Amino acid sequence: MSVALNWKASVGLLGVGIKYLAVTMLVPLVVAVAYGEDIWVFLVSMALVAGIGFAVERVDPDPDLGPREALLFVSLAWLAAAAIGTVPYLLAGYDTASTVGLQTGSIGALTGSIVNALFESMSGFTTTGATVLGEIGTDQHSHALLMWRQLTQWLGGMGIIVLMIAILPEVAVNGAQLMESEAPGPELQKLTPKIAETARALWLIYFGFTVLLAALLYALHLLGMAPNMNLFNAVAHGFSTLPTGGFSPQADSIGAFSAAVQWIVIPFMVVAGVNFALFWHVLRGEAEVMLENAEFRAYAGALAVITAVLAVLLFRGAAPPIELGGTTQGVAENSLRQAAFQIGSLLNSTGFATADFAQWDAHAQVLLLFTMFIGGSAGSTGGGVKIVRWLVVGKAIRRELFTSAHPDVVQPVRLGGNVVDESAIRGIMAFTLLYTVLFALSAVFIALDTARVGIQLSALESISASLATIGNIGPGFGRLGPFGSYLFFPDTSKLLMIFLMWIGRLEIVPVLAVFISGIDTR
Amino acid sequence: MHVVVIGAGEVGTSIASSLASDHEVVVVDVDPDRAEQLKYELDVLTIAGDGTTSEIQTAAEVGRADMVIACTDNDQTNLVACGTAKTLGDGFTIARVKSTDFLRTWEGNEGAFGVDFMVCTDLLTAQNIVRVIGLPAAIDVDPFASGLVQMAEFEIAEGSPVAGQTVSEADRFESLTFAGLFRDGEMIVPRGDTDIRVKDRAVVIGSPESVQAFATDVAPETTPDRADEIVVVGGSEIGYQTARLLEEREFKPRLIEQDPDRARWLAENLPNTVVMEHDATDTEFLTREHVDEADIVVTALRSDEKNLLISVLAKRLGVDRVIAVVDSPDYVTVFEEIGIDIAINPRTVTAEEITRFTYESVAENIAVLENDQAEVLELELTEGCGLVGRPISEIVAESDARFVIGAITRGRELVTPRGDTVLQPGDHVILFVESDSVSAITSMA
Repeated sequence: MSVALNWKASVGLLGVGIKYLAVTMLVPLVVAVAYGEDIWVFLVSMALVAGIGFAVERVDPDPDLGPREALLFVSLAWLAAAAIGTVPYLLAGYDTASTVGLQTGSIGALTGSIVNALFESMSGFTTTGATVLGEIGTDQHSHALLMWRQLTQWLGGMGIIVLMIAILPEVAVNGAQLMESEAPGPELQKLTPKIAETARALWLIYFGFTVLLAALLYALHLLGMAPNMNLFNAVAHGFSTLPTGGFSPQADSIGAFSAAVQWIVIPFMVVAGVNFALFWHVLRGEAEVMLENAEFRAYAGALAVITAVLAVLLFRGAAPPIELGGTTQGVAENSLRQAAFQIGSLLNSTGFATADFAQWDAHAQVLLLFTMFIGGSAGSTGGGVKIVRWLVVGKAIRRELFTSAHPDVVQPVRLGGNVVDESAIRGIMAFTLLYTVLFALSAVFIALDTARVGIQLSALESISASLATIGNIGPGFGRLGPFGSYLFFPDTSKLLMIFLMWIGRLEIVPVLAVFISGIDTR
Repeated sequence: MHVVVIGAGEVGTSIASSLASDHEVVVVDVDPDRAEQLKYELDVLTIAGDGTTSEIQTAAEVGRADMVIACTDNDQTNLVACGTAKTLGDGFTIARVKSTDFLRTWEGNEGAFGVDFMVCTDLLTAQNIVRVIGLPAAIDVDPFASGLVQMAEFEIAEGSPVAGQTVSEADRFESLTFAGLFRDGEMIVPRGDTDIRVKDRAVVIGSPESVQAFATDVAPETTPDRADEIVVVGGSEIGYQTARLLEEREFKPRLIEQDPDRARWLAENLPNTVVMEHDATDTEFLTREHVDEADIVVTALRSDEKNLLISVLAKRLGVDRVIAVVDSPDYVTVFEEIGIDIAINPRTVTAEEITRFTYESVAENIAVLENDQAEVLELELTEGCGLVGRPISEIVAESDARFVIGAITRGRELVTPRGDTVLQPGDHVILFVESDSVSAITSMA
């Protein structure tokens, strides 16, 4: 095996991916036609992106990936997707008041607008949901552009690589390796002997849930129970619920809709945080696989307990009465709904909101901050550390304590009856530590960087800015609340956050491993 | 019966010697000296040669043999020998194996490898150890259906919580059948309202776990409970199986194994056992881990010398009961003479199990109780036999025979017999039968 990294193979394959990304722009194009909006933005974007794709593909027309090329490819693919995703933003907002449109007034304005567009695009593909769009709504932006914003989340949710493996035979050959690098969680579960079939099964389940949610939401509208939930909104929210995204074409997120809509969205957010492989088992009539899964049980348990605690806090008056979300003090239904929605949204990193929790009491906010640390399940579309890792970390620590008292005892770590490999435990420990260190360092950097340009950031704000981006969550606290914006940050902080979203989605290791191996081979 | 025994080691020799008086026995062994020697020791025909070949088997007249017992020290040799025997004739084949993997394969698909009955030495030994550990109060214990079912006989002692209860009160376990009572030497077929008195002897049939639980009810003082400390020394296959069976009976044993890789393997496969990686002959370690306070110590190391050393050590440290696995049959008495409570020899256990099988009867397995007043039988039901296709209550009502159906195993699963249970071909039925009714029952099967 050659020591040198064959970067041409990775880049060549990237061209194939970019080419197909152009095809996905048909969706916003259709929306533009339907609403009689400017179709040139997306026609030009498609042509441009396809052109780039064909050009990059020529770097290596017959790519052959080794393990390290696979890591490089996956890392680059997400960076490239984010970069390509900026094109519609930049073109649509060209020389308008849009914060993500291309500004050519000065060098500062030019770089600022490109950073903003890249932030929005990366936030979309990584399903973070942090936004710099400024005023959100169809008055400021075209339906087509907002739909593109939702679509980036949907494409990123189950994974663009997984999608490529599912439909492109040339990628499927090295599929297992690629999927391993991209899929959330410590290990890849192969459901079928052929990796392409596994990828297809996962995407089909994901697609099925999306269609189901959109149909339910639209049905509510037709029944008159959700006046604002027109077809556009139904599809748009289907696109960002299942990937645990959090973008909404409405400035008030899900808070803009009726209680019925909010109740419908909650179970789908919960579903998005479950390992999709478990649904595959359920569909095959093996429901017990899901019910006996240790991670699923922990996930359900954590959701139930934290929701109950928060509901009590809200019922006792943790939220100020006059604001979006309504009065919760003494109102049981609303307390429970607000608690379930916010926890369902933050625990698995979706980032939707029905209440401005940035204005809640400190104890309710700290509970939410804790919730953000948990993350979804392995193999779900959620971000964060992941439940299974916390389970293993907890059990490994307990084992350490036990063996320090009984040095001769041999005790493997078990998860739902299965022994967890020692090397897997090492990997999980390393990941969790790396995640925590990166999160802490970034929080410090963001605090100092904002102070440099004269913006005073509270401790909770800088901590949540770092956590919300590396964990792909989206909203934070204070000015970064669910109805706030990341727009005021200096470009340097935004670039760091773009990096955090990128490595957070790929779970740090593939990206850093590429850097390390790059140093290795010089 | 014409019986061919392949392998004249300790197991083979022991089987041959117990069969030689009543049957026509041919012993095959690869070692010509051994074959020659055996010719004078026992009244059997011996053949020197490779017992897996059809040439040697033909010479031993396997074609007309009623039973072929392959009991060399090598698993594969025994399996191949049985396979060869099946191509030559239709005798009942018995293979001795050490590996439980072969046993599992065979259990899943009876008749695999051309083997009609498989005896797993290490598992059998472990089952013996666990019976000795778990049921010190029992007068008699016998396994049926390859260990899935157990029969145990208890004497109700003064002060036993069961004394004074009715049968239906005492039999509160799902997979346990209260099969019989002996009172003043008389057999009683128990009904729900029969009361249990002091000095009665009760016979129960059920899963080993339920028998264990019943023993706790009958004799809470002597029967070890979950809080009792059991230490297994040595992670050999016997040690592993012992710990596994103890786990099944809800004990939480400790297991000491010196080899790091084996210790890791054991820890992975025994979720409810505390596995310790250390040299068990280190007294400092034994005191540090409070092995001296253990209630029961089982030594299952690979060498007899080490087992002896640990057993003596454990006794000196003050362990209540010490059970030792002794590989060489000659040492068994030596162990027991110096104060080790029970010494178990795997080869003797195997030979006994195989010999039990050679009784000429429809029944696969029998146990005789109380001076032959009653027997416990295991029957494999065939298509068209008198017991198949009817609910149990109907069979009981029609028959004059005094018997109780204690347990049924169907495809390696235990089925608790109820009045409306319908017996199927292939079922193994374990019955408690009054001796006078045995012929009536076996004629139906």
